[in-house]
Amino acid sequence: MAAADTAAVSMTVNGKPISADVDPRTLLVQLLRETLRLTGTHVGCDTSQCGACVVHVNGKAIKSCTVLALQLEGADVLTIEGLAPADGPLHPMQEAFRENHGLQCGYCTPGMIMTAVDMVRRKGNDLDDRTIREELEGNICRCTGYHNIVKAIAAGAKAMRGTATSKAAE
Amino acid sequence: MSGTGIGAAVRRKEDRRFITGKGHYTDDINRPGQAFAFFLRSPHAHATIKSIDAKAASAMPGVLAVLTGAGLANDKIGNLICGWMIHSKDGSPMKMAAHPALASGKVCHVGDAVAVVVAETLAQARDAAEKIKIDYGVLPAVADPAAAQKPGAPQIHDIAPNNTIYQWSLGDAKAVDAAFKSAKHVTKLDIVNNRLVPNAIEPRAAIGEYDSGTGAFTLWNTTQNPHVARLVIAAFVGMASEHKLRVIAPDVGGGFGSKIFIYPEEVVALWASKRVGRPVKWVADRSEAFVADAHGRDHVTHAEMAFDADGKILALRAKTVANLGAYMSTFSSSVPTYLYATLLSGQYEIPHIYCEVDAVYTNTVPVDAYRGAGRPEATFVVERLVEVGAREIGQDPAELRRKNFIRKFPHQTPVIMNYDAGDYGASLKKAMELADCKNFAKRKRDSARSGKLRGIGFSTYIEACGIAPSQAVGSLGAGVGLWESAEVRVNPTGSVEVLTGSHAHGQGHETTFAQLVSERLGIPIDDVSIVHGDTDKVQFGMGTYGSRSGAVGMSAVVKALDKVEAKAKKVAAYMLEAAEGDIELKDGKFSVAGTDKSAAWGDVTLNAYIAHKFSGQELEPGLKETSFYDPTNFTFPAGCHICEVEVDTETGNTEVVAWTAVDDFGVLINPMIVEGQVHGGIAQGVGQALCEGAVYDKDAQLVTGSFMDYAMPRADYFPTLKVDTTLTRCPSNPLGIKGCGEAGAIAAPAAVINAITNAIGTENLTMPATPATVWAALQKTGMPHAA
Repeated sequence: MAAADTAAVSMTVNGKPISADVDPRTLLVQLLRETLRLTGTHVGCDTSQCGACVVHVNGKAIKSCTVLALQLEGADVLTIEGLAPADGPLHPMQEAFRENHGLQCGYCTPGMIMTAVDMVRRKGNDLDDRTIREELEGNICRCTGYHNIVKAIAAGAKAMRGTATSKAAE
Repeated sequence: MSGTGIGAAVRRKEDRRFITGKGHYTDDINRPGQAFAFFLRSPHAHATIKSIDAKAASAMPGVLAVLTGAGLANDKIGNLICGWMIHSKDGSPMKMAAHPALASGKVCHVGDAVAVVVAETLAQARDAAEKIKIDYGVLPAVADPAAAQKPGAPQIHDIAPNNTIYQWSLGDAKAVDAAFKSAKHVTKLDIVNNRLVPNAIEPRAAIGEYDSGTGAFTLWNTTQNPHVARLVIAAFVGMASEHKLRVIAPDVGGGFGSKIFIYPEEVVALWASKRVGRPVKWVADRSEAFVADAHGRDHVTHAEMAFDADGKILALRAKTVANLGAYMSTFSSSVPTYLYATLLSGQYEIPHIYCEVDAVYTNTVPVDAYRGAGRPEATFVVERLVEVGAREIGQDPAELRRKNFIRKFPHQTPVIMNYDAGDYGASLKKAMELADCKNFAKRKRDSARSGKLRGIGFSTYIEACGIAPSQAVGSLGAGVGLWESAEVRVNPTGSVEVLTGSHAHGQGHETTFAQLVSERLGIPIDDVSIVHGDTDKVQFGMGTYGSRSGAVGMSAVVKALDKVEAKAKKVAAYMLEAAEGDIELKDGKFSVAGTDKSAAWGDVTLNAYIAHKFSGQELEPGLKETSFYDPTNFTFPAGCHICEVEVDTETGNTEVVAWTAVDDFGVLINPMIVEGQVHGGIAQGVGQALCEGAVYDKDAQLVTGSFMDYAMPRADYFPTLKVDTTLTRCPSNPLGIKGCGEAGAIAAPAAVINAITNAIGTENLTMPATPATVWAALQKTGMPHAA
């Protein structure tokens, strides 16, 4: 692609500074998946409904299919790959999904986990069933019937007590 | 080893990669030099293609090729096929119309692929597709299966007059008519089983790669059955010889049936890769998936049940029109026939059953198996008839069910099936206790005080899983056998690789199959790897659908493990200088009965490979065994689901407030995974009952074509689900297991509709029971207010 058709963008992704020349129509999810090869963030729809693409931008959960990469100059982006060190201990929310069988095919899972971590930031560590279900309005899972995802988020929220991303710790 | 063996709720081995973003789905794979495909699809439901002008598109930046159906024909690429032959009552074969991978002369549904653009980037391919000029001659279209056979309906394929694919029947019509004549009461229902869109959250995807040096193709594909895909693409489509085509199904993000079938896009990705000399990748958009993935259900049925004076069922008859869409998908013909009418006996002793099924073409997306496939449709017919019959006769619905339960096994139904084992009274009893049915009246009064109508609904379903044996399904028209294969490779150090023809796309085989090995060989579960989804690694296998991986796939592993154990004992006998018959394997150790002599698993496996203790002529070195397992019968999971709803009389909104499921799946390998399967099935069944439905308008345009207007169930649709089991062993496979993947989706719709109709006092309610539908039904009952 000719250089005239591209624009430069810089941001921090999972703690590392990155710069890229992108087609202006490039979505954040495309930058993450295609340019940076961070393929843990998924695309499950084209109408911002399914939430498989949820990442954190400046500490808040957003759907990375619905924001242009160029809008995020200087932003701090966290993806599922950045939630815990490779080969290191899992994030408490990841561990809770594993422990509670909160995933089956795994495709919606990164978005679910990123949404769940943000939910704890906003709503605290004691999340009741109704709150979790309503907060999952923007995430679709076709495998689990949500039952074990709800259990996992409640358990993960408790386990996050005292960690940097929990509201109670702020 | 009990901590990781059969029956343990082992946490899944595959989870770490999924929760850390390290899964490998098809779209995560990029091949060197890869180009991108974009399909231009028909905006019309039915039209001739007068001309295609691709000149401007071909000249767009980055475009490598614009390919159409004419090119497919020139290259002698064959049509897609339906692999299950159904004959009509008059003996004539089903009318299978040509299904080219790119439309040839005519389009038959919105979304029919007309051309494909291959370009350097996806954006370029998409931009170029907008420049293709197609002159369509728009024809009248039909989407409603009930209208497809009427005089004057648009004719879709010349081969099928009146759009009729087959007119099939099962059972003894005369005996049924006689039984109805003697009946004290007849219950009649008109039922629409709504059309559903499977919507696995991972969209379908394919990467085709042709190697001109070897003449071989590789296909990375979101498929539930890579070997079947290879067989069809080789033998019928004629893309390459079977040994020159490798199909890889990496991590697959859900299937629910929709990824069984061989679709146009993977054929075109392979073909295009040869045409442009580059790997070609295609990934569906969600809105593309809505018009390109096979849909499910879509039956219109009139059904009747005859009762005697005591409420005993005398007979059942049903007439169904099944919509198969614009083309016959891979297994479409079997779904409304042998997967449907054969289950119309439910859990009941019904002496006489007769079912007629007309399958029709319409200008809609092809319809094929979707979670349950025929069995949800059958269960809905039977469980609505039984429930409504009980209400009309004035008997308690649970009591009427119990009165009619089959109690002796094996039981031969009048519709082919021979039920091998079950205890339907046990699951009903346990479910009623867990659901606290005896206090329902009190809960109903409490709901009424807050202005809500409360209802309770039962569904005592049966299903048939692990479809087999091959000889039997062959006699019913299947083009394939339905056995499964396994290979157990024991490494010199004692770790084990199991190569299975089953394929996991959420079911957790990497854990459950490893549990079986851990239990049998007494080795740590982390020493076992499960390999699947690659035709270059795994011998021919049949894949995963119809809840068959446990009953059939794991049974094949058992057979291979039997051989491994037998051979390992021979090796141990040489090492321990004992008779082979005296060697015992327990907890990962071989010992000589009655002595203190023993050898560890790892020592025996090493000896199998170094072959120092025995002559390679009398015992072959190595430790690797293979099996092909063909079951002796289907398996028959069954159970009872009880749903309680509250209906808001002001809005018509239905809330599912309680759910109890008690299922008999035989022996459980991993109860945690089984529960998860039940939860997911219930969610899809509740989705069908309350919110999901593909809607076509009068021009056969799909008006529910995205997640904005096709209502997928969300987390707040559900209460906490109570899930439990009962146990009768399945006698038809060595593990005694039955299959759990589809039960929820089969049981749930009838339970929900029985609960809502119980609440609102009218049986006239179609799925999905949206607030508008329920509200309209309430207005006709004359009792629109709860209080």
